[in-house]
Amino acid sequence: MALLEIRNLSVDFETTSGRFRAVDGFDLTMEPGGITAVVGESGSGKSVSFLALMGLLPWTATVTADRLMFDGTDLRQASRAQRRRIIGKDMSMIFQEPMSSLNPCFTVGFQIKEALRQHLGLDRKARQARAVELFEQVGIPAPEQRLKAFPHQLSGGMNQRVMIAMAIACKPKLLIADEPTTALDVTIQAQILELLTSLQGETGMALVLITHDMGVVAETAEQVSVQYAGQKVEQQEVRALFATPHHPYTAALLQALPERATSKHLPTIPGVVPGQFDRPAGCLFSPRCAYADDRCRAVPPPVLGPDLGLARCHYPLNTQAEEQA
Amino acid sequence: MTRPVVIADRLTRHYELGGGLFGDKPVVRALSEASFRLEPGKTLAVVGESGCGKSTLARVVTMIEPPSAGTLVLDGVEAGPDTMAELRQTVQIVFQDPYGSLNPRQRIGQILEEPLKINRPAMSAADRQEAARRMLSQVGLRPEHYDRYPHMFSGGQRQRIAVGRALMLEPKVLVLDEPVSALDLSIQSQILNLLVDLQERLGLAYLFISHDLSVVKHIADDIIVMYLGRPVEVGTKEAVFAHPRHPYTKALLSATPMADPFAQKERIRLTGELPSPLKIPQGCPFSPRCWKAQDKCRAERPELDDSAHPAACFFPE
Repeated sequence: MALLEIRNLSVDFETTSGRFRAVDGFDLTMEPGGITAVVGESGSGKSVSFLALMGLLPWTATVTADRLMFDGTDLRQASRAQRRRIIGKDMSMIFQEPMSSLNPCFTVGFQIKEALRQHLGLDRKARQARAVELFEQVGIPAPEQRLKAFPHQLSGGMNQRVMIAMAIACKPKLLIADEPTTALDVTIQAQILELLTSLQGETGMALVLITHDMGVVAETAEQVSVQYAGQKVEQQEVRALFATPHHPYTAALLQALPERATSKHLPTIPGVVPGQFDRPAGCLFSPRCAYADDRCRAVPPPVLGPDLGLARCHYPLNTQAEEQA
Repeated sequence: MTRPVVIADRLTRHYELGGGLFGDKPVVRALSEASFRLEPGKTLAVVGESGCGKSTLARVVTMIEPPSAGTLVLDGVEAGPDTMAELRQTVQIVFQDPYGSLNPRQRIGQILEEPLKINRPAMSAADRQEAARRMLSQVGLRPEHYDRYPHMFSGGQRQRIAVGRALMLEPKVLVLDEPVSALDLSIQSQILNLLVDLQERLGLAYLFISHDLSVVKHIADDIIVMYLGRPVEVGTKEAVFAHPRHPYTKALLSATPMADPFAQKERIRLTGELPSPLKIPQGCPFSPRCWKAQDKCRAERPELDDSAHPAACFFPE
């Protein structure tokens, strides 16, 4: 049975200027022990999808889904108490900015032990022992002293490790890492990514990696889901995605990578991601797509089969017919 | 050989912090003895992690801050208290965050005209406006954008405005402090193309500050790698990427994720974190994290050697 099953998840926000659909029909299935990367530009709804799953969105958001199953529990029906038992325990999240996600008024030790007390009911001694063990696991030197430190006394890399320690404290079955390395330097980023994948290997948890960095995707993920303007436009195994992208957006994104450039001029994607007021009628990517025609501009494209990477496109690229021709 | 438009010789910038009543004041050695030459039409990239002094270097070269020691020669004139005001017109800067660097209460036209108002007081209002409108088209914006405010633009367009503002005084050198790191991938390539075009057309020299090695590999001619305020390796792009000599450069290259799932690579694992610039380690600043460090490294600081591709290391590759 799949660990996580999301079908047709949509999130709308009530804003002063009307409704805004941030996530539009998001699907995802996670097996235990898998690593899936969700990539997209800012405003593509990648963070919001998972905040909705965790139930962390403010009251202005309306979340609808056909199916929202996690480990046998229907999260749509779950009461607040039920949710509280799952979130932070079986399903936990690492947030983007470690500096602003930790509470500055409490020591990091207090914050990590809070989760252990709430979810596992350990006594004081066992909590201390487990917290030290966790800090060692994530590579924080001198854990006993560091537990007494406040977030401002630690560097960004150390705070991110604290966040990871906190997220894995209760041995979650699913860990969602929302841009875990964006605020960090590359040498620290490499350490953190290695830590996440090795933890994933040791504990067998499933890992969702939300990122915009194609390099991070290529080096860590197994499955990749590409988001654009709130929709999933393509999902493939990582090597297949880089070799044969089916959606024109994925293809254009890969071409825009400076390291793939063949000349001084980079291929670009003209225009910008559509906002609240200029959402096109048909395919959301059509105003920026090199292959778009009238049909694309009028009719929203269907989701194609798994052989075409579930691409949301009328005219997918790299099809078998094309290869044979 | 063309005459370099920037010659920096052992530029240094230290900050004294307010210490206690007794004892020495702590000194932050943000930048120490950085030397380089920059020729017209060339791009020199400065790479390194946060706290390595690359932004301080940008601020010293643009004369936002005076150097604590060392000399800076711009376009043949040495920068000093008397010449700075004049020289500032030859060096302009584009900042990282286009959301913070434009005044939200000024229209785009005003933003572009402001440098002219201050530096070319004799220019008539009509001429200024014409110059601003010409600049809009040069950086790929439309004439009707002249009367709009910054909040009406996307990040990429704002960065175009920031580039346009920097070019209004026809500088010879443009300092680009992480110009694309706040932008999305699809927008990043548009701005990089704009910078390449402008350089070809105007013969600008770029001092390109970045931590993103894939961008640097694309745009740079020469590279300075910095660590804790000091250049540790200097060379052409080809030399630095193909044959890094300093262990830190090697580690930095290996840590950068490559967008190619088929690539096999060996990762050098650096232990520990960047030390604070308040407490720079004895000897080679990289020695506590270096896998090749020996007693000599911990005792003595290596200088850049005299080769064509210098590295500050006792045991270079």
